[in-house]
Amino acid sequence: MSGIPHDKYEPKTGFEKWLHERLPVVELVYNTLMIPTPKNLNWWWIWGIVLAFTLVLQIITGIVLVMHYTPNADLAFASVEHIMRDVNGGWAIRYTHANGASLFFIAVYIHIFRGLYYGSYKAPREVTWIIGMLIYLAMMATGFLGYVLPWGQMSFWGATVITGLFGAIPFIGEGLQAWLLGGPSVDNATLNRFFSLHYLLPFVILGLVIVHIWAFHTTGNNNPAGVEVRRGSKEEVKKDTLPFWPYFVVKDLFALVVVLAVFVAVIWTMPNYFGEPDNYIPANPLSTPAHIVPEWYYLPFYAILRAFTADVWVVQAASFLTGGIVDAKFFGVIAMFGAIFVMALAPWLDTSKTRSGAYRPMFKWWFWLLVIDFVVLAWCGSQSPADLPQAIPLIGATYWFAYFLVILPVLGLVEKPKTPPATIEEDFEAHYSSKPAE
Amino acid sequence: MFKKTILSALVAVGLSSTGAFASGHGHVEDFSFSFEGPFGVYDKAQLQRGLQVYTEVCAACHGLEYVAFRTLGDEGGPELSEDQVKAYAKQFDIYDPELDDTRPGKPVDKFPLGTYDGAPDLSLMAKARAGFHGPMGLGINQIVKGMGGPEYIASILTGFTGEEKEEAGKTFYENHAFSTGWIAMPPPLSDEQVEFADGSPNDVESMAKDVAAFLMWTAEPKMMARKETGFYVFVFLVFFAALLYLSNKMLWAPHKHKED
Repeated sequence: MSGIPHDKYEPKTGFEKWLHERLPVVELVYNTLMIPTPKNLNWWWIWGIVLAFTLVLQIITGIVLVMHYTPNADLAFASVEHIMRDVNGGWAIRYTHANGASLFFIAVYIHIFRGLYYGSYKAPREVTWIIGMLIYLAMMATGFLGYVLPWGQMSFWGATVITGLFGAIPFIGEGLQAWLLGGPSVDNATLNRFFSLHYLLPFVILGLVIVHIWAFHTTGNNNPAGVEVRRGSKEEVKKDTLPFWPYFVVKDLFALVVVLAVFVAVIWTMPNYFGEPDNYIPANPLSTPAHIVPEWYYLPFYAILRAFTADVWVVQAASFLTGGIVDAKFFGVIAMFGAIFVMALAPWLDTSKTRSGAYRPMFKWWFWLLVIDFVVLAWCGSQSPADLPQAIPLIGATYWFAYFLVILPVLGLVEKPKTPPATIEEDFEAHYSSKPAE
Repeated sequence: MFKKTILSALVAVGLSSTGAFASGHGHVEDFSFSFEGPFGVYDKAQLQRGLQVYTEVCAACHGLEYVAFRTLGDEGGPELSEDQVKAYAKQFDIYDPELDDTRPGKPVDKFPLGTYDGAPDLSLMAKARAGFHGPMGLGINQIVKGMGGPEYIASILTGFTGEEKEEAGKTFYENHAFSTGWIAMPPPLSDEQVEFADGSPNDVESMAKDVAAFLMWTAEPKMMARKETGFYVFVFLVFFAALLYLSNKMLWAPHKHKED
C-alpha cells in the first residue's frame, strides 16, 4: 500500500499462511500500523488521531442515544428529556455527544489550518486534501442535521433558515426546498428524514476517512520541513522515519488524553456552553426566537453568507449582469459555498515551490492573518447584523477569498523562500542533536 | 405559511436586539447560589423551600411537564422521603387515560401541565434562559459567573417596579429583568407569602432565590452526579496523561539523543 519501502509482512504460523493466501488482512493491518512516519512530525500532527477518535465516539454515543430517542415532532423533545432524566447515564451520553460535535469541529479546524500552513495540500497530496474537504462538508451537514433532532426552538428555526438558503437558488429553489423539507415548511416529515440522514452520514464520513488515510499512506505524511522521505533504500528510509507503532501511537495517545481531559472538564463544569439556551424550549412554529444563530462551527461561513447585502457593489454588479437572477440572498449562498470551494482548490492556486510555510517569510504573515480573519468572521456570525458595522464581515469575507485567489498565486512568484533542510534527518537532528549525548 | 415563516425568520434576524438590550432592560442580578462553580452542590433545604414556593405560588398557573414526582426523592435533589413523595403527589389531580378520568397523583406521575395558557412550562426554564451572554456575545460571564438561568429567574421575580399598563386589552407589569421591560406575569411573590416550617426568611428575595434554585434542579436534576463523575474522570485522565507522557519520553529518548 505504501510507496515508501519498509519491512514487509511475513506470515509465520501455518494459520497465518493459510489466511494470507485467502485474505491478506493481517498484512493490511501490519502495513497500516508499521508505516514509516517522518521523525520530525510536531505536535500539530496529533489532530488526525483526535478526529478519528471523535468520529468513533460520536458514532457510539449516537447509536446509544437512538435507542432512547423518538424521531417524531410531538415526542422528540420529551424523549431527549427522558434521556437526560430517566436513562441511566443518559445525561453523560447526551452531553458527550453534543459537546463531541464541538470537539470534532475544533479538531478539524486546527487540522485544516495545519494543512494550510505546512502546505500539506500540495502535490502529491491533492487527493488527500480534496477527500478531506469532502469529509468537512459531510461533517457540516451531519452537525446541522443532528442539531435539528432535539426539536427545540433553535433546531426548528435553524432548520428553517438553513433550508431557506436552498430556497434562494433561482427557478428551482422553492421546489428544491420543499423537496428537502418533505413539505411546505419544517415539520414531522423534515424531522424524520433529518434523523435518517443524520444516522447515515457518519458512515459516509467513516468511508471517506478510510480513503483519506489510504491516500496519505500512499504518498507518505507531509512534515514540518516539507521535504519528502528519501526512498532510495530501506536504510535511507530508516534515517528519515520511525514506524507509526509504537512511536507515533504513544505520542498521539498522550496528546489525545490531554485533549480529552479538557473535553471532560467542559462537560463537568459547563456542558451547555456551546449550545443555545433557546434549544431548551420546545419547537414552536408560531414563535420566532429573537436571535437565530447557527452552531458556532458554522459562524465564519454564516458571516460570509450575510456579508454580501444588496448595497455591496459586487452584488449589484452580479445582479445587473445576470438580469436580476442573482440577488443578494443567492449571492450570499454562492459566497458561502464558494468560500469552501476556493479552499478546496488551494493545491492548484498555490504557486510556491516551497511546501512548508515555515520557510516562507512572507507567507507566514498572510497565513496568520487568515487565522485571525477566521476568528473575526466567526465572531461576526454570532452577532446580530444590526449591532455590527457591515464593513467588518465584508472585509473579512473579502480577505478569505483574496487569500486563496490572489495571495497564494502571487506569493509563489514574488516571495524568496528560505532554504528548507535537505532531509528530514537533518531537520530532526537540528532539533535534538544540540543536546549533549549521554 | 412557508413564505411567511421564512420572512419572519429573516425579519427576526434583522431586527433582533434592537429593542432587547438597548434600553437598559434585561438587567440580570448576579445572585449567588450554592450550586455555582465546578464543585457547587444543591442545598437540599433550599430545594425543599423552593418546592414549597413552587407548589403554593407558581403551580397556580405554571406546570413542570418533564418532572416526575418520584424524582423529588432522588439523590442530589430535594430528597423527600418515600412517604413524603406519596403524600406530595396525592394533592394533584392527574388525568389517567385508562380511567378516562382524573385520580390523585402517584409518584410515577409527572407534575401537571400549566393551567394558564400564557404561562410557560418551568421544567427547563433555568437552562432556557442564559441570563449572562456578555460581553460581546462571547459568553464569558457565563463561564465566570455561572450558568445564568437561576439568576435570571430570581431577577424576574424581584425585578417588578409596581408600574403597570394596559395594551390591547392585556395588562403588562414593568420589570427591570425582562427583555422588553414589560411582562405579562403579575408580580407573583409578596413578603411573608409562604410560611417555611424551618422559619427561614420569607421576604421576596429569599423566596425568589429558593424557587430559582428549585427550578435549576428541575432543569438539571443530574447536576451533582455530573460534577462528581466529571471530576473523577478528569483526575483519571490527567493521571493517565502523565503516564503516557513518561512512556512517550522514554520511547523517543534513544532517537532524540543519539550517541555518535
